[in-house]
Amino acid sequence: MEWETVIGLEVHVQLSTASKLFSGTSTAFGAEPNTQANIYDLAMPGTLPVLNQEALRMAVKFGLAIDAEIGKKSVFDRKNYFYPDLPKGYQTSQLDFPTVGKGELVIDMEDGSHKTIGVTRAHMEEDAGKSLHEDFHGKTGIDLNRAGTPLLEIVSEPDIRSAKEAVAYLKKLHSMILYLGISDGDMSQGSMRCDANVSVRPKGTTELGTRTEIKNINSFRFVEKAINIEVERQIDIIEDGGRIIQETRLYDSERNETRSMRSKEVANDYRYFPEPDLLPVVIDDAFIESVRETLPELPDIKRARFQEQYGLSEYDAMVLAADLATANYFEEVVAGCDDAKLSANWVMGDLQAVLNKNETPISQSPVAAKDLAGLISRIKDNTISSKIAKTVFEAMLAGEGDADAIIESKGLKQVTDTGAIEAMVDEVIANNPDQVQQYKDGKEQVIGFFVGQVMKASQGKANPGQVNQMLKEKLSS
Amino acid sequence: MSIELADVENIAHLARLHLSDAEKQEAANSMTDILGLIDQMQSVNTDNVEPLAHAFDAVQRLRKDEVTESNHRDELQKIAPETDQGLFLVPKVIE
Amino acid sequence: MMIDSGLADISRALADGSISSVELTQDYLKRIAAENTDLNAYITVCDELALAQAKAADEKRSNGNAGVFTGIPIAHKDLFCTNGVRTSCGSRMLDNFIAPYDAFIVERFNEAGAVTLGKTNMDEFAMGSSNETSFYGPVKNPWDRTRVPGGSSGGSAAAVAGRLCAGATATDTGGSIRQPASFTGITGLKPTYGRVSRWGMVAFASSLDQAGTMTQTAEDAAMMLNVMAGTDVKDSTCSNAPVEDYTANLDKPLDGLRIGIPVEHFSDGLDSEMEKAIRAAIAEFEKLGAVVKEVNLDNSHLSVSAYYVIAPAEASANLSRYDGVRYGYRCDNPVDLEDMYKRTRSEGFGAEVKRRIMVGTYALSAGYYDAYYIKAQKIRRLIKNDFQKAFEEVDVIMGPTSPHTAFPIGSKNDDPVTMYLEDIYTIAVNLAGLPGLSIPAGLVNNLPVGLQIVGKDFAESQLLNVAHKFQQVTDWHTRQPG
Repeated sequence: MEWETVIGLEVHVQLSTASKLFSGTSTAFGAEPNTQANIYDLAMPGTLPVLNQEALRMAVKFGLAIDAEIGKKSVFDRKNYFYPDLPKGYQTSQLDFPTVGKGELVIDMEDGSHKTIGVTRAHMEEDAGKSLHEDFHGKTGIDLNRAGTPLLEIVSEPDIRSAKEAVAYLKKLHSMILYLGISDGDMSQGSMRCDANVSVRPKGTTELGTRTEIKNINSFRFVEKAINIEVERQIDIIEDGGRIIQETRLYDSERNETRSMRSKEVANDYRYFPEPDLLPVVIDDAFIESVRETLPELPDIKRARFQEQYGLSEYDAMVLAADLATANYFEEVVAGCDDAKLSANWVMGDLQAVLNKNETPISQSPVAAKDLAGLISRIKDNTISSKIAKTVFEAMLAGEGDADAIIESKGLKQVTDTGAIEAMVDEVIANNPDQVQQYKDGKEQVIGFFVGQVMKASQGKANPGQVNQMLKEKLSS
Repeated sequence: MSIELADVENIAHLARLHLSDAEKQEAANSMTDILGLIDQMQSVNTDNVEPLAHAFDAVQRLRKDEVTESNHRDELQKIAPETDQGLFLVPKVIE
Repeated sequence: MMIDSGLADISRALADGSISSVELTQDYLKRIAAENTDLNAYITVCDELALAQAKAADEKRSNGNAGVFTGIPIAHKDLFCTNGVRTSCGSRMLDNFIAPYDAFIVERFNEAGAVTLGKTNMDEFAMGSSNETSFYGPVKNPWDRTRVPGGSSGGSAAAVAGRLCAGATATDTGGSIRQPASFTGITGLKPTYGRVSRWGMVAFASSLDQAGTMTQTAEDAAMMLNVMAGTDVKDSTCSNAPVEDYTANLDKPLDGLRIGIPVEHFSDGLDSEMEKAIRAAIAEFEKLGAVVKEVNLDNSHLSVSAYYVIAPAEASANLSRYDGVRYGYRCDNPVDLEDMYKRTRSEGFGAEVKRRIMVGTYALSAGYYDAYYIKAQKIRRLIKNDFQKAFEEVDVIMGPTSPHTAFPIGSKNDDPVTMYLEDIYTIAVNLAGLPGLSIPAGLVNNLPVGLQIVGKDFAESQLLNVAHKFQQVTDWHTRQPG
């Protein structure tokens, strides 16, 4: 039996507003417990909500970026349930009339193909506080700093067909929200959270299987693993003759398995009804246009431009455009050295390797864009070879100065003087008659030996191209 | 429309209320009465009527995104039933 | 005594120096000490605060900085948050709740220089029509202490009627100002929904609750409304409608005023003596030049049904925050979280509150939402439409506030529905968001009868004018118990 996997993703994005969704309390990360929780956030009697304008703008901005319908009249609703990190005993959310309606996101697969995933809707809601279960002698401590922070809940259509597609969707979404500047999208810190709805069905059928909701996934890698392990579990059950129970399951990353969440098995009747303390949110075309004007060049557009403007391959353009900070860095390098191909190679290669190794974001790169441009310029103008450039780069990373300073102080200038090179080539040829004979006998790859010898004699500074050229001429004559 | 004990138990749980057996029966009786009152609404046809959620046709005001609140934890926790190291304490929650 | 006078007279006496705020306050406090144990109008008396405020008011006056309201002693219904003072909402759940902030209207009164005598008793969380559900015991009607003062603002009503304050703030969700005003022979005003900010006013039913006034006269009500009315950015449902000086048009002649009498309010349920008194009161308006005609409020009979879905539904959610976690009552030695929630809420709330939470939860629950909640909101639209239609032909609508006079304490406790029907004439006004007031209009068996006057959106000025003119030619509002 061949199985098809059907996946829908619900992603909660914490919007990076200065204040909370309905109160003027700070949303800054890392404060002492309950120092960012005012009387509204603590749900004191008599307190009332007022909507944060910026949260609304951010939600609309997202909607425009995914080409979605914008809800010109949206309504907040109360979602009722009891939990100690939910101070009012209800979450103010949006049910029937969300701010963002149907849209779509184009995802990029590893093989270079693209797929359009539908987005059903996106709505604003309040975040809950945090429960801490350790350190309190058998009690739980509640911190309400996070309670009331604005969230954008983004729901995809069940168009995703594999764990890899799910990861691609999340990566694209992540890239998008960073581009838009509406969130820092950090899955490890909870400013981007993903729940996966997973079901399977026999390939070729159209009816949806029973789905389970997988929670507690906090990295792209775990998304892939969680989905795969859940699909396996579901297929095993069905093939053994069992039925899938619709339930919420927690992903355990240590055991790589999903577990049923007992407390959530009892169906929760949320008793949604329109929030009487808030009026309908009405926005007009002028408002929408004012938000549209703040849209940056979006990732897919930037990728296309990079291909056209800089002649990059689709793959290179995609990698560089995926992260806005990287894209900007790249363009600054190009502006400084006028070589897109070299810039792309250096940014995606040597620089990215260093950033990855030290887990540094490009915004904190030890080498500034203009300095990398300076290094590349010296390769271009033949002052140094690409090989020597790597040595210079290492020195730049160590803070020894810019490219010119290092080349000067370490005497790394490439030897390009034809006479000097010729002298070295002649000497190497003269000292290695056996290899000369081998070359003349047809073993052409032995030229590498000669190049190596010349480079050694020149302490790596001879221009390899010229050396190669000259050796070929002399050995062939 | 009559309310059964099972309904009462379900609603009481949703509302996090504890009722004794006697109270449950009393609740079933009084709720049945109240529903009798409410069911009178069904006597009128409202198929083409729009629900009225707010008395007036006003729209939601927007608030500028700025921090206007400062830390008042000590003062606000003075009236809390139980706190420790700045956190509100409740019986341990099992997830 | 000066403390038997209304706000307007007291303001004048303070202004001309015939009495000081400290003297007034001391006299009120003395009378409260003598009477409150029996009447039970106050839950909390703020002796020290009141005297401090009175002293400050007198100082302000001697510096020439006094305003109309400076130094006037009033009471606040105990669901308005008062910073540093217990705000109990008549409930065990908040018996230990010292509010950490002031409600908008409390701030306004403090800024105007008022003196806070204390917090008045009320039905628990404003749920009731007799002030018998309070954790602090029932309030007695000064006119007959075996009878209820009405509810939920029974404490404010008894305080004003018993002359234990010059005026009191109160709230009205289904009639909680107008009905007690009618039972105790005073003037109670519920402004248009959105006229007064709900910030700091503990919520019962958010789309229906409105803060208002309880005073001896319409003129006094206008003075209080001047302090309370206005826009507030902290309440999203508070209106931007321009605020008037509500005392400016009190004396406007009523010639040509068109009064509507709803046919539905003069049917079987109305006590015949009441009806006589009401009709006699309306006749006074004709003498003042008004014209009276019958109007229809076709869906009037459904207002109580719709209300008892919407109000409990909203209340069931508004009261979810009372969970023993961050403030308020918590049960002893909770075994686990569920136990803490259930026992805290069951012990903290009284029977009527629990009943309404259950009804509200039921009405919103899966499978019943459309049949109950949505249906009720549709009925609400029909009711508002009825009023709009009627107001095309009349300027104000008048009728009885209540089907009968004050009933004996304990006489309506068997069946909740019987109690709910007490508000049969007042509830529709809240559903439509309109302004309404009740003024004393007669006596039946020596118990007060209230006339309800309903106006168009934001027509408080007109309502107060109409009431004031009546009070200039009648003396029901001057009658006192005993």
